[in-house]
Amino acid sequence: MLKHRLIPVLLLKNGALVRSSRFSFHQVIGDPVNKVERFNEWSVDELIYLDISREAVYNRSRSDIRVEQLSDPLAILRRVSKTCFMPLTWGGRLRTVDDMRACFLHGADKVTLNSQAVRTPDLIVQGAKAFGSQAVLVSIDVKRIDGAYRVFVDCGGADSGREALEWAREAESRGAGEILLQEIDRDGMATGYGLDLIHDISRAVSIPVIACSGVGKYEDFAKGIEAGASAVAAANIFHFKELSDRNAKRAMAKARCNVRLSNIPGKPL
Amino acid sequence: MIIGIVDYGMGNLASVAGAIERLGHTPLVTTLRDELDKADRLILPGVGAFADAMDELRRRNLVETLHDLVFERQRPLLGICLGAQLLTLESDEFGHNRGLGWLKARTLRLAPSDPALRVPHVGWNDLFPLQDSPLLRDVPPGSLFYYVHSYCIRADEPGIVVGECDYGGRFAAVLQSGNICATQFHPEKSQKPGLQILRNFIERT
Repeated sequence: MLKHRLIPVLLLKNGALVRSSRFSFHQVIGDPVNKVERFNEWSVDELIYLDISREAVYNRSRSDIRVEQLSDPLAILRRVSKTCFMPLTWGGRLRTVDDMRACFLHGADKVTLNSQAVRTPDLIVQGAKAFGSQAVLVSIDVKRIDGAYRVFVDCGGADSGREALEWAREAESRGAGEILLQEIDRDGMATGYGLDLIHDISRAVSIPVIACSGVGKYEDFAKGIEAGASAVAAANIFHFKELSDRNAKRAMAKARCNVRLSNIPGKPL
Repeated sequence: MIIGIVDYGMGNLASVAGAIERLGHTPLVTTLRDELDKADRLILPGVGAFADAMDELRRRNLVETLHDLVFERQRPLLGICLGAQLLTLESDEFGHNRGLGWLKARTLRLAPSDPALRVPHVGWNDLFPLQDSPLLRDVPPGSLFYYVHSYCIRADEPGIVVGECDYGGRFAAVLQSGNICATQFHPEKSQKPGLQILRNFIERT
């Protein structure tokens, strides 16, 4: 039976691993390459790297700068993928099919689109056609404004004016394989997932939804699954707590989530 | 050994090469016939869409090259995920498309009987062995593998299915027909049990 996935999200800013809080405060916490060696031995099921370096966003018209800055994260991707024997999703500043292709060639198994998909939804169609739907995720960053779920772009910097449920449905219809759902005001707050948002988005689409933003304790993960997510993700809890993967899986199993308890069957955690 | 990884511009080549290195063998990522000819084993990796992948194989003359190496020179070939599907007769992904046709099987849209099961099928799931195969040697029972796909393989010839997975209905997860092997899951992304299957392909086929 298909297991619910537990996924660490690693945020990359200008080549360093950072922790994030409400999409704005970024504290450097380490080296992006060494981290994956540790995760490999863990019982996590997948990794998501998001490059949140902002500079290129402001230099969007300067393709010379963009290419140069993208080349650095690609070097990191290549290094990471060499020792990552689990699925690796890469996101951040992907604007064209060629950007996506470069990620796959450097070792990504899936890519996730965000701002550029909102601006040019046809990019999802092109990506799905070239690489298959299963390899193209759409990240949706949500902020609640007057009771509505609004989609924000540019690392939470700008209100796109789109409504999240409607955008999730459109992303699915254009060929997205999964939705990575983040809620900006819960990011780094450790107060738990936004369960109603997860529930509503999961009901709105029939592709898998990966819940992210807000996990503060291990018990939060199972609640995301109960709310309708297929997979649960988090960032900070994996960096600041020892044995966080095992303890997270144990807590999920205890809450009767069907999870992969170890990469060696029969061997307890 | 030298493991030729067929480069048709679309696979997750670096991941597959990384796994081969970890197993102590030498990956050779290439599109050239002369280079592929040096390889002891061939891997057709897979991230992509069926029709585009077939076009790329044709454009790079890889259909003919692989046919020669696999049938004339009897090199063992492993297709992974989309690479496995390309070995089948046909696929209905984005219209009707002909495949390489080296496995008597077809690629169909996943249609789980339970509507609560989402497509694509993404994540860790079972492998139920149906027969003995060198590919499954030393793979502990109950091992889980990483699947990510919207289409699946159904064999016309049941004898070629080595193992199945269940996702609202059974589909072929591991196939073997002579020197042609295929996995629907990603062995290079399935941690220890996945690396064992790659090792078996390299050292036991």
